[in-house]
Amino acid sequence: MTETNNCILSCKDIFKSYQMGSMRLEVLKGVDLTVGDGDFVAIRGASGSGKSTLLHILGALDTSDKGKVYFEEKNLADFSGRKINEFRNKKVGFVFQFYHLLDELTVLENVLLAKMAQSSAIGWLGRSDGAKKRARMLLDQMGLSARIGHRPFQLSGGERQRVAIARALMNEPQILLADEPTGNLDSATGNDILRVFESLHDAGQTIVMVTHDEKIASRAGRVITLVDGRIASV
Amino acid sequence: MYNIILPVRFFLRRRITILAVFAVAICVFTVVVVMTVMSGLVSDFVEKNHEFYGDCVVWTDSLVGFGLYEEFITELNDTDFVASACPVINTFGLVQSEATGKNAALNLMGIDIERQIKTTNFADTLYYRKTAPSLAFVPSYDPNLFGCAVGVDLLVERLRTGQYNQLTYLPMWSYVITCFPLTPKGSLARSGISLAANSKTFFYSDNSNSGLAKVDSTTIYLPFEQLQTLCGMDTSAKRTGAIFIKFKPGSDISGCSEKVQALWRDFTAKNSDFALAGLFKNVSVRDWKTYRRSTIAPMEKEQTMLILLFLLIGLITVFIIFVIFYMIISRKSRDIGILKSLGVSKLGIVRVFLRLAFLVGLAGACIGIAAGLVFLANINRLEGWLFDKFGFQMWNREIYAIGEIPHNTGPVLLTIVAACAIAACLLGALLPTLSAARMKCVDTLRVNQL
Repeated sequence: MTETNNCILSCKDIFKSYQMGSMRLEVLKGVDLTVGDGDFVAIRGASGSGKSTLLHILGALDTSDKGKVYFEEKNLADFSGRKINEFRNKKVGFVFQFYHLLDELTVLENVLLAKMAQSSAIGWLGRSDGAKKRARMLLDQMGLSARIGHRPFQLSGGERQRVAIARALMNEPQILLADEPTGNLDSATGNDILRVFESLHDAGQTIVMVTHDEKIASRAGRVITLVDGRIASV
Repeated sequence: MYNIILPVRFFLRRRITILAVFAVAICVFTVVVVMTVMSGLVSDFVEKNHEFYGDCVVWTDSLVGFGLYEEFITELNDTDFVASACPVINTFGLVQSEATGKNAALNLMGIDIERQIKTTNFADTLYYRKTAPSLAFVPSYDPNLFGCAVGVDLLVERLRTGQYNQLTYLPMWSYVITCFPLTPKGSLARSGISLAANSKTFFYSDNSNSGLAKVDSTTIYLPFEQLQTLCGMDTSAKRTGAIFIKFKPGSDISGCSEKVQALWRDFTAKNSDFALAGLFKNVSVRDWKTYRRSTIAPMEKEQTMLILLFLLIGLITVFIIFVIFYMIISRKSRDIGILKSLGVSKLGIVRVFLRLAFLVGLAGACIGIAAGLVFLANINRLEGWLFDKFGFQMWNREIYAIGEIPHNTGPVLLTIVAACAIAACLLGALLPTLSAARMKCVDTLRVNQL
């Protein structure tokens, strides 16, 4: 990727700190990052190095104290609340370490939730058939067609993570942000998940993945190492 | 769409919502049962007063009474809104009862039986002469004797079941009635010449059960002319104490009472040269409710107080829902984070939890109302069972003049109660919901990873 022609997401001089009692904890100390269209970037670092915080800031789940995040050359700080919601819903897809599926919904409904989130009840009536078709197709791709009526607690960890990936892909996001997607899985299942990411990347999906594991990070096209809130190597 | 599916799923799949529904249902049940029973008691009492006194009363609080009443009744009967009117004397007297062997000061009510039964429900209150009320003052054992009807509680034992232990025959009991006749000026008649009292013996001819405990336990009914004589009101210008009026069906009681008031003003102006015109100034014209205000108002006040108490129950419901929703939202903080990460707005989060609150309110109201209606349908059976098994009665029928426990369950009251329950739930859930909407998704997701 080249930084000038197909940059999709970037951040510049990002600072972030948290108040921990009487202490102020500096998590990110001036991070610059550029993600190109179709990239598979791994952000690696030890626990507490600020990699998850960076991912949250990139996905507009959190805000930085200082610095700017650009999506398609537009500053996220200039986005209204409504545009931020739209950005989270349509432009990015999140995959979390602990899957974060809703226990009250079935597998199919969890995947559809991404589509429902921006639809009114009436709007949904017109769109539901197409959405269900896509959700079924994604679940089929993830090898979960037989599980669509199950609820999350009836699935294994790997299956849950694949449901989470299907949900993240439901709205055809431009970027997939994954926070330790294999962190809660055994190595074989983790490997399966990584293969899913690799195949998505091969299909042209932009992926930013956070991991503390060097071996997993090495599967990405580019590895960025964070040490004490600063980028140590690219 | 998520804001319809999720509230329904949270409602159906979270046990804590059962607790919330149960809390609302108990409050609704209590309100429905107590409000409808209280409302039933009050409306029963109010209705009995209405039936007993007619629609409008022309009366004086002076024991001397007022004159020209027959002329005024004629004028009333000539109007197009009066159905009937009757003169009534309400006074006090000493009563020596053969039945009880006691002397007592009691209320005496002189009524013109023919006109009274057209104006009030007096006929329905009788026991022996219910089907022939015009014979209420004719003792069946000797039609030549002067009869009197006695308030049921003065004579007949009221059982704990609320029924009266009526005698199957009419006993020949005498009542010696003594009155103190007053001149039109208010002094004792014949004072200084002989005893300033008139006495006459009447014989028990019937008993009257108006359902008004105070009336039934203190009143003896006599023929109007007889009491008029005893009270010294049968002078050349005959006097009465009151006129009860019944309006034609469908009349506006308040409006017609104002017409009677105007008619009375014109009548007194026209008869200002009448010898006893001075007594007119003590006469008032009121609709029956105003006339009985001192009796009805305390009960209505109690009902108002009860409504205020139920507002407190409403506040407790709000507080319970507040606490339960705080718990629900604390437990669902991760889900809130997930929804926000999927682009759900703050308003979307508010909608999810307020719809959940609406469902809790609706279910609680439906269950509470259904349980309340079932309870009310069986309240008398239940009270009877408690009485048979344990001797317990909610209202001791030896004291309270009610038969079955009444209740007033109308769709309006039930709708209001249900709407209040839902509103209380929405109000209680509002603060936790707003705090849920303000949650930062990254915080909730991070916390739930620990």
